[in-house]
Amino acid sequence: MFETILFSIILMAAVCLLLGVLIGFAVKIFAVQVDPRIEEIEELLPGANCGGCGKAGCSDFAKALVAGEAMPSGCPVAGKALLEEVAKVLGVDAETGEKQIALVRCGGDRSSSSRSELYNGVNDCASAMLIAGGPKGCSYGCLGFASCARACPFNAIEMVDGLAIVHEDLCVGCGKCLTACPRDLIILRPQSAKVNVYCNSPAKGAQKRKICSVACIGCRKCFKVAEENIEMKGFLATVNYDNPPQEDIIEEAKCPTGCLSTTTTLLKKFHSHD
Amino acid sequence: MSENQGKRKYFRGGVHPHDGKALSAKNSINEAPLFDKYQVVLQQNIGAPPKAIVKKGDVVLKGQMIAESTGFVCTPVHAPTSGVVSGIVEIPGAMGQSVKAIEIASDGEDKWGSSLKPMKDWEQRDDSEIKQRIHDAGIVGMGGAAFPTHVKLSPPENKNIDYLILNGAECEPYLTADHRLMIEDPERILKGALIIANSLNINKIAIGIEKNKPDAIKILKKHSADYGISIVPLRMMYPQGAEKQLIYSVTKRKVPAGGLPMDCGCVVQNVATAAAVYDAVVKGQPLIERVTTITGNSVVNPGNWRLKLGTTALDALKLASGVKNNPAKIIMGGPMMGFAQKSLMVTITKNSSGILLLDKEDTSIYESRQCINCKGCVDVCPMNLTPSVLSKAAVKENFDIAERFNVMDCMECGCCAYVCPSRRPMVQHLRLAKGKILAKRRAQQNK
Repeated sequence: MFETILFSIILMAAVCLLLGVLIGFAVKIFAVQVDPRIEEIEELLPGANCGGCGKAGCSDFAKALVAGEAMPSGCPVAGKALLEEVAKVLGVDAETGEKQIALVRCGGDRSSSSRSELYNGVNDCASAMLIAGGPKGCSYGCLGFASCARACPFNAIEMVDGLAIVHEDLCVGCGKCLTACPRDLIILRPQSAKVNVYCNSPAKGAQKRKICSVACIGCRKCFKVAEENIEMKGFLATVNYDNPPQEDIIEEAKCPTGCLSTTTTLLKKFHSHD
Repeated sequence: MSENQGKRKYFRGGVHPHDGKALSAKNSINEAPLFDKYQVVLQQNIGAPPKAIVKKGDVVLKGQMIAESTGFVCTPVHAPTSGVVSGIVEIPGAMGQSVKAIEIASDGEDKWGSSLKPMKDWEQRDDSEIKQRIHDAGIVGMGGAAFPTHVKLSPPENKNIDYLILNGAECEPYLTADHRLMIEDPERILKGALIIANSLNINKIAIGIEKNKPDAIKILKKHSADYGISIVPLRMMYPQGAEKQLIYSVTKRKVPAGGLPMDCGCVVQNVATAAAVYDAVVKGQPLIERVTTITGNSVVNPGNWRLKLGTTALDALKLASGVKNNPAKIIMGGPMMGFAQKSLMVTITKNSSGILLLDKEDTSIYESRQCINCKGCVDVCPMNLTPSVLSKAAVKENFDIAERFNVMDCMECGCCAYVCPSRRPMVQHLRLAKGKILAKRRAQQNK
């Protein structure tokens, strides 16, 4: 009896020893070289997996960084300090550009722009576009079905009375909302450019006035005040984001419809309704 | 008969909604007076957009070409009346987007100036000459899709066409434009059918008419005896007038999934298209007017009018003595497949078969709920699809699943949405899925 137990124990110990030695060698022979920097960078990156860099998440971006296929500035979410840290790990220059954030180029909420209240279909912008081009009177403005707000991984888009507004402090500029909008209404603009034109309709001024009280009517008042900061595209004024205007332009230009404005002003205006 | 043994007598599925045709079926076609201006939409066909060849200030004559075609799947557009071009304007299109249109201010004389010569001896003319004439006259399918007719008549070499079917089913509720045309102008339709058949070198012609139009069946039967054209009365069932369902009802042939009627040897044309072909070939008249039904419980005097292209819906409604009962919905086309409008400035195009005004009682605002898997939509789908699965896939944005379940074969007839007890907007879901899949395919092609 005792012999049997002893024999088993010795046999098991021998087999374990043999396998252990084999595994030990296998690890040495088949070892995978992992750059320790990948893990290091992955920990530094925001970890939101937003896809704003064009890669399949932060870990994929970290691999691309180490392989030299991407630059740290490719991450739209990371702030300047973080980018510099990543660049230090990689041993390259950070090349930090100006941070870009999203802008919904429309200011027409329910009370200031006409829309058909009889729309009874799917609550989604792309679907609403299929029925008579959407319930909104303007065929260029924000439809207000929150497709962009649902696409935003950072909850930076607020829906106020049928209008999407981007919160400047929350937006990281990943660009997810740009593809969610069926009307291509959303663009990326430099964070420092506070003053924007909240209108995207190229229609004639009189036509826009009929359906919206906050549209750009193409009066050129802002253009006359700051020709180098504002561009006129037909009946629509647009901000020249290579040389954006300062906030005092709003006072000087006296925009008759108030579509030359800042996001802060818009949010203040809508929340004062409550 | 032996080849049809064991086949279903009717196409599968379909619904039978309240047809509302009594409102306008007895009213004969009225001629519309001349209006002050016409806004002729530039693109009136599926395919490539034509190019405008007139500019602001040009004087045009009735029937003169004002936009030329830019490709094979494209048709020219002609001036509906004589007058001065007052510019190229943006107007709301029937599908909801804004479209380019040529605005013509009428001079009140309505003077002819078409360059097309009548071909009285069309039987002796070459096929290609007839097809060229059909193209030059700007003829498209007038049933709704606006597919250029000359393209349908030019099948590839390897397709053997032996059957021409004229579509007089008019299964869409409320519309009576084709019905009245069949009663009042049977000769034009029948001769047009002969011209089309002649250009395809076939002699089997049938006209399919739903049984709810016994007067049209009787009149066409009386006239068609001399021409060797058979009249096929069809069961009353929406969508009897859909191309594939009509082919099955008349010939018991099946169009393969994703295929075209020519894959089973058929060509389908609307009766109004046949009449337009007759005008184009024998009289040398391009397609500049069509019969449109103006109807609905909100219209004071519903009826059928011969309207020039470019007439606004507002002008058309004035002909019908205006509106009553608080109209709730304006639809271009019929209630099942038509498009809801938000502006009365939308204009008549080559495929506008009707303007429908529904009042509050005919429309309802409802809440869409979850699918209860009742299979109601599966039973009625005439294309043998499973709309419930497709709709759920579209809501969850699983467009790959929708594609695997053949959403691309959906023709948006609306039967599924009509029967759904949960009031799901099925057609909207399916159209979204179709649009996304098409966009994906285009992106892959461009790569």
